[in-house]
Amino acid sequence: MTANSEGKFGDYGGQYVPEVLMPAIEELEEAYDEYLSDDDFLDDLNAKLRDYGGRPTPLYHAPELSERVGSKVYLKREDLLHGGAHKLNNALGQALLAKRMGKDRIIAETGAGQHGTATAMAAAALGIDCEIYMGAKDIERQKPNVFRMRLMGAEVNPVETGTGTLKDAINETLRDWATNVEDTHYVIGSIVGPHPFPAMVRDFQSVIGREIRQQSVEKEGRLPDSVVACAGGGSNTMGAFYDFIDDEEVDLYAVEAGGSSLEVNEERAPNSASLNIGEEGVLHGARTKILEDEDGQILESHSLSAGLDYSGVGPELAYLVDSGRVEPRTADDDEALEAFHLVSETEGIIPALESSHAVALLEKEDLGDFVVVNLSGRGDKDLDTVMEKSGVEV
Amino acid sequence: MIEFPDEPALIPYFTAGDPSVESVPEIIEALEDGGADVIEVGLPFSEPVADGPTIQEAIARALENGMTPDVFFEKVSEAEVEVPLVVMTYYNIIFHRGVEEFVEDCAEVGIEGIIVPDLPVEESDELYEACRKNDVDLIFIIAPTTDDERIEGIMERVSGFVYVQARLGTTGAREDVSGTTYDVLERLEGYDVPKAVGFGVSKEEHARSIIEGGADGVVAGSVFVETAAENEEYAEAVEEKTRELKRGAVSGEER
Ligand SMILES: Cc1ncc(COP(=O)(O)O)c(C=O)c1O
Repeated sequence: MTANSEGKFGDYGGQYVPEVLMPAIEELEEAYDEYLSDDDFLDDLNAKLRDYGGRPTPLYHAPELSERVGSKVYLKREDLLHGGAHKLNNALGQALLAKRMGKDRIIAETGAGQHGTATAMAAAALGIDCEIYMGAKDIERQKPNVFRMRLMGAEVNPVETGTGTLKDAINETLRDWATNVEDTHYVIGSIVGPHPFPAMVRDFQSVIGREIRQQSVEKEGRLPDSVVACAGGGSNTMGAFYDFIDDEEVDLYAVEAGGSSLEVNEERAPNSASLNIGEEGVLHGARTKILEDEDGQILESHSLSAGLDYSGVGPELAYLVDSGRVEPRTADDDEALEAFHLVSETEGIIPALESSHAVALLEKEDLGDFVVVNLSGRGDKDLDTVMEKSGVEV
Repeated sequence: MIEFPDEPALIPYFTAGDPSVESVPEIIEALEDGGADVIEVGLPFSEPVADGPTIQEAIARALENGMTPDVFFEKVSEAEVEVPLVVMTYYNIIFHRGVEEFVEDCAEVGIEGIIVPDLPVEESDELYEACRKNDVDLIFIIAPTTDDERIEGIMERVSGFVYVQARLGTTGAREDVSGTTYDVLERLEGYDVPKAVGFGVSKEEHARSIIEGGADGVVAGSVFVETAAENEEYAEAVEEKTRELKRGAVSGEER
């Protein structure tokens, strides 16, 4: 579905933001509606995605993984996109849009640093000023990306509030936007936030699913039995799924970070499984499924992978889970780590820890004869975390 | 519903639960004693996106001290004051409790108005209906970026007073009053709802110049939060600060 005229997916979605931002959001809605059907804009974007970004990304038949799970497993290689993750699809789209809107400064939050990196790249490539907010804890565990952002001329601001993760970085970016809204565009990194962001980011990411469809038909002569993707905010998930929503024969699996447990205590969720165990609430501009305590305070989430470590999820994905179209699943920290090593050893591909959650589902469930796993990014950024977890010293 | 005074009003804000849960009724009473005309009591939410560092930190301390919506209503009900009370909180707190129930709880403890900084008029149907049913005012914020068409839409729903946000950005005490304040006030002239200006007010002179600029009231938050947090004798300090800002507001009318 696409958002209705009020920006809702069922009851989810909407625009729960301070009044100071509403005019900018209205302006963005207009620009987005306009450019979505503007051939010049789309040609420009597609050319940049192709020549700068490296699209289309391959659909790779993974022989060893296939052997292991006894079905044909294909990996959608978003890890090969410039920057090493699917995030560039959206960052380029929004940066181009910001430029057309006459904004000369862009800001963004980042968790794993992939969205920050993609935004910094897009900004450098298009000649726009760029500032990134990143939780202090995430800076600690994703240093290579911090350095990459700085190399490309972006300013990286550490966020110390809360537990210093993605949720806190979003808060701080919203505050910056409220202060500088007149000349600044907020390039939000997932299908979260107020309308039109969830619909717009999904549209920019939907190229993933369009390519999966075409490549599936080329390689196997049919659509896959299932498509699997990891869900933090859910942008690579919706990107991979969107083209298949009406194909009921294709099962869609969103894999969240089960962290260390699906239990929730008063202050913390040791997971970030809002689709699986969250409640309906309002966070960061949208009504959606969130992790909250009995008073409605947002719980701190946990995941080994910074990019999944978030207490909310995109409203459209929440809606599709409620309506039964998308199956929510979890993989815990250990299963993700195992999958990380498995893909590295068997396929010679080091997957992002985020993507490893999606891969982990292969070992947990029968997904049919022809499975596509969206490999949302590469794992170079995660080597420190994995070395530490495995007690390895080099 | 809020009875707005005829003279220039002072509307202080503080975060309930900071410096302690027990301080809530004391601070409310001290604010009234100092001359507050309406009192805004902040009900903490863990993700205060409209607030600057001072209030963010107060909210973190309040949550740490065990402030919850249940405790909030209990403590507010202990305050013995005549002036209208207003609650300021974020929408998830209201939504989670149940919109109807939240407004009924407000009415029960004598809270006469609700301010929700992350609830634009477009999303306010449910809360607006519940407020009308319970005779509670729903107060909206008008920002420097709000155009005339949006002002019109907001004015159809607002009651009690409108909260004019003096500057872009988040809450926080500043050294001067923003020039944009006066433009916004001018654009609001035709509407006969009391206008209270806030965001950045910390000094007697600020209060004076805001009233001189045509406002009916002055809202000040971070400065009261700081005053309550930094003084051992917080009730006295808060009362003194209220007196100073009220003096500024009143003098703005005389000139
Ligand atoms: C490689 C990778 N995959 C997935 C995600 C999760 O984001 P989303 O769910 O929006 O795709 C991230 C976020 O940083 C990421 O870097």
